[in-house]
This record gives sequence, structure tokens and C-alpha cells, in this order.
Amino acid sequence: MSAEHLLIDHVSIEFDTPKGKFRALDRVNLRIGKGEFVSLIGHSGCGKSTVLNIIAGLLQATEGGIVLDGKEVNEPGPERAVVFQNHSLLPWLTAYENVELAVRQVFRGKKNKREMKEWIEHNLRLAHMDHAMHRKPSEISGGMKQRVGIARALAMEPSVLLMDEPFGALDALTRAHLQDSLMEIQNALNNTVVMITHDVDEAVLLSDRIVMMTNGLAATIGEVLSVDLPRPRDRLALADDSRYNHLRAEVLRFLHERRGNKTAPAVEEDSSTVIENGVKMPSKSPRKAQEAA
Amino acid sequence: MMAQISQRLESAAWLAPWVRLLKGENPREQVSAIVRGVGVPLLAFLLFLGVWDAAASRIQTSLGAVPGPAQVWEQAQGLWLEHRQEREKAEAFYQRQEERNAKKLAQDPTAEVKWRSYNGRPTYLDQIVTSLYTVFVGFSLAVLIAVPVGVVCGLSKTMYAAVNPLIQIFKPVSPLAWLPLVTMVVSAVYVTDDPLLEKSFVNSAITVTLCCMWPTLVNTIVGVSGLDKDLNNVSLVLRLSWMTKVRKVVLPFAVPMIFTGMRLSLGVGWMVLIAAEMLAQNPGLGKFVWDEFQNGSSNSLGRIMVAVFTIGTIGFALDRGMLAIQRRIAWDKTADIR
Repeated sequence: MSAEHLLIDHVSIEFDTPKGKFRALDRVNLRIGKGEFVSLIGHSGCGKSTVLNIIAGLLQATEGGIVLDGKEVNEPGPERAVVFQNHSLLPWLTAYENVELAVRQVFRGKKNKREMKEWIEHNLRLAHMDHAMHRKPSEISGGMKQRVGIARALAMEPSVLLMDEPFGALDALTRAHLQDSLMEIQNALNNTVVMITHDVDEAVLLSDRIVMMTNGLAATIGEVLSVDLPRPRDRLALADDSRYNHLRAEVLRFLHERRGNKTAPAVEEDSSTVIENGVKMPSKSPRKAQEAA
Repeated sequence: MMAQISQRLESAAWLAPWVRLLKGENPREQVSAIVRGVGVPLLAFLLFLGVWDAAASRIQTSLGAVPGPAQVWEQAQGLWLEHRQEREKAEAFYQRQEERNAKKLAQDPTAEVKWRSYNGRPTYLDQIVTSLYTVFVGFSLAVLIAVPVGVVCGLSKTMYAAVNPLIQIFKPVSPLAWLPLVTMVVSAVYVTDDPLLEKSFVNSAITVTLCCMWPTLVNTIVGVSGLDKDLNNVSLVLRLSWMTKVRKVVLPFAVPMIFTGMRLSLGVGWMVLIAAEMLAQNPGLGKFVWDEFQNGSSNSLGRIMVAVFTIGTIGFALDRGMLAIQRRIAWDKTADIR
């Protein structure tokens, strides 16, 4: 199966602490297909962000590694663009200039000035930020900043888009708007996305698969839930959809059972095969990724 | 247009209440703001003059009584007059020279004419200009050294560990200790028949550099090493080269801290300069004070006090100037820069 695009191969990480080694992640194993939208959900401190940072190359796995399109990656790069939780825009540059910095870096020698300008504006338009692209981050709202952050990441034309709780710091209404924008972009571009979230509704609404993490110490993947809701998805229609509510309940049940249960045993040793074979997946329809292949 | 102008005027803190008063906005509040902003400092200054006047007349020195405000004001006017007279003399000299040469050329077009420049005594204003020029050169040199070194040390823990002890050792050294060393080194290294720059000038400027680079250096290191982790991650994900990262991310981020350091540096530099000029005999305010002290006329103490006020006022103006630049280039307009 050539759907294997991004492989998180038995990744473990240990941190040095004054009390000795702390094993934060233990053999996290996941295969992600091209064009798949995967959410990582779990309680705070379970190592979701650590997984993302390892994929991004900002942290190095102690054991195991990341394979992207058949090549191991262990340093950061624009082909794994990151949308950070607190937008991380350079405050002294306008929205346009922030995207421009990324575009000039990634497309140096590949696009001329005019093409770059068009590409920057195109991505800002995708994120609905073209009306305020010459404003500085301090002059726009939190939601708009995050839109610029998304535009910047998209402009790098990444093979994997990594999002670290991208809407976590926003109010509910803005979050809903941005989720809709993200689904719209996803429909158009069909990117491979790995998103960290702690919002159950967000995970079910946006994802093709939801990866639920056990609590740390030595956190790992607890369960993987396939979301086989048809796209495009509409949040209002889904609110009354029984399958949507069932999936939501599944995630909630998992999170509730794990709450405070620090020593919960991880799923069996070779969880990845189980997941890959679809045994644990409640879905009957083939995964989108497999379709893509 | 009017609204824009009044907004611009209001943005200057001390002008704001006057503008608002003219617009008739809450006159009572504006008047009390004016009293607080202008009245109180003025009253305090008058009180200071009174205390000074009373105390000065009681202290007798070998050069007579310590001058009060009135005598100092007199000396200030005297210095201004001297400056005017000297300029007139210079002008007259050049005029005579021109007439003489013109006459010579009229008689014989092939005649060799000599143009000499006027060699008068430097006046008080000339000395101020020399001092400003010296501090500017010394300070610029300090910034040119401190900012790059600071960026390198701020980004690399190893470099910081290497350089930090040196900073801590050299930071507290007084200009009086540097100057003899600088003088000896400069006279050994800077050997030319026709010096473009006076040796005394080079000595004072380098002494200023050595004493005033430390605040900029330390603040640059602190500013750079405090680089926001997320912004650092952005530059990692974008794979920015070292230079691009420094230019696009690190320097803009550290600019507020660098500027705070530069303001401190300029303050230190100006303070140190007077001492350096005194010893190096660079024709500036420091030499003026020293000469007046050696001169020991009845006017000397008053003239030295004029110098004290001049030094203070210029130091204040330099700091305000830096503040204005800092406000102008700051990217975070909401920050309270003072």
C-alpha cells in the first residue's frame, strides 16, 4: 500500500530531569496517508505537542524516528510547516511580510518576484486575510493572526501541515469560523494534516482519524477512531447526526476513562498493526487515505 | 486636517493639556495637568536657585566667593560674547586676506597667493562642538563593536561563557585608568607625519569607546538571548540561514533592549568624555574646565559652573534624542518607552 506518506515509527523520547530520566513518550507508532487529516487528542501533558514537535524536527526522538515519503527526517524544514498555537508571527512585519518571509525562503530561485507576490496574496486570500494583509499583528484580532499563521504555513507548500492546538486560544465563535475556513481550504488543497487539539467537537468535525493518547508517564497511542462522516461537513447538520454524536461520545468516553489514570496500560505491544488492520476501527468504509492510493 | 494636527500635538505629553485647554475640553482638569506638568517643576527649580544663591555667598574660596546664579548667568553671557567677537575677528581676517590676494592677482595674474586659515583660540561653542564630535565618534565605535559581539554571544552559550568574564572585569574600569594605557598605545601605533586626527582626539574617543560599550554589549546579549522560543522555532522551520535569522528575527526582536543599552552607553560616554578630555587635553568641554581651573581668575568658578550646566543639559538632550529615535523605530508602539 503506497498510501504511507508519513510514518511515526516507534517514537520514544526521554527528558533529563534532576530526578533522572523522564520517559514522556513510549513507542508511538502511526502511519498517515497522503491527504489524510489526523487529530491527536488527549489530556493536558500527555505529550501531544511532543509528538508534533518530533514530527516537525524541533525535538529529537530518543528511540525510533519519523519517515516522510520514504526518507527519515530529523531536523526542521518547511516541507513540514507548523501552525503554532500562539500564531508566532513576527510582530514587526505585516501579515503580507510574514508570509513573504516564508515564501522567499522556500521559493528562492523557483519563482520570480511577480509569481511570489501572486502566491503570497493567493494564500492570504485562501485564509480570508487579503483585506488586512498590510496590517501588523498588533493591529489585528487573535483569529486573524491565526489565519495569517495558516496562510504562512500553506504558502510553504508543505507535504505535511502540522497544527499545534491552532484554535486553542480563540473564543468559540472565532474558532468555529476558523474551523470552517480550514475545512474549506482542506477541500480545495487536500493537504496531509496532523493537528493537536483538546476539543472533542473540533476533532470529530475536522478529522479523518482521531488518535487518542494515553496519559503520561510514557504516553502512547491509546485508541484510533476513524471518522467516516461524508465531506463536505456542515457543523449545523452534524449537530443532529447520530453518527457524529456517537463518535463524539466515543472520544469523550475514552478521555473520561483515562482521566487521572496515570498507569493505564497502553494498548498491546504491537498496536500499530492492530490499527493498520482496522480491527480497532469502528468504521466499515475504507479510509480516505486508501482511496487516495 | 485640523483634527490630525491636534492629534499630533496631543501625542506630545507636555503639549497635550494646552491643546485640550484651547479646545475647551474639561478646562479644570487641563489646568491642573498644566500645573503638575509645568508649575511644579518650575517652582522646584526656583527653589533650587534660591538655596544655591543663599549657600554660595557663604562659602569663600581662594578665588573669591562661590558664584551664585546671577554671576553664572553673567559668565554665560560673557562666553557668548567672546564667541561672537572671535567669529567677527575671523571674518575680518578672511576679508582682509581676500582683498590682499585680489589686489595681488590684479597686479600680476601669475602671482602666487597664499590662503591661510584663521588660527584663533577655540571659543566655548567650538569646545562644545568638539566634545559632541568626540563623544559621537567614541559612541559609534562602541556600538559597532558591542552590537555584533552581543548578537554572537546572545545566540551562542559557548561564546557567552567565553566573553562574560572579560565583560565583568572590564566593565567597572574607570576612564582615568584606561587613558594612560590608550595614550601610550596610540602614540606607539598611530604614527603619521600629517595626522588627519589629533592624537588627543583619538585618545579621548577611544577612552569613551572602552568605557561606554559595556551597557550596549550586556543589553544586546540579554535581548538576543531572550529570543521568543516560538519565533526561534519559526526560523528553524523556515531553515533561515544564520545571517537571515539575525537580520529578520533576532535584531528586530532585540532592538528595544539594544536601544536601552545604547542610551545608557551614550550617557556613560558623555560623562566619561569630560574626564578623558581633561587628561588628554582634547580641545573640548573637559579641557575648558581644566584650563579654567588652572587659570584661577575670579571668573573661573563661574565659567566652570556654566560648563556644569552645559554638560548636564547636553547629556539630557542626548538622552531625549535617543528616546525619540527609539520611539520612532519601535515596532511595539504600545510599549511604554521612557
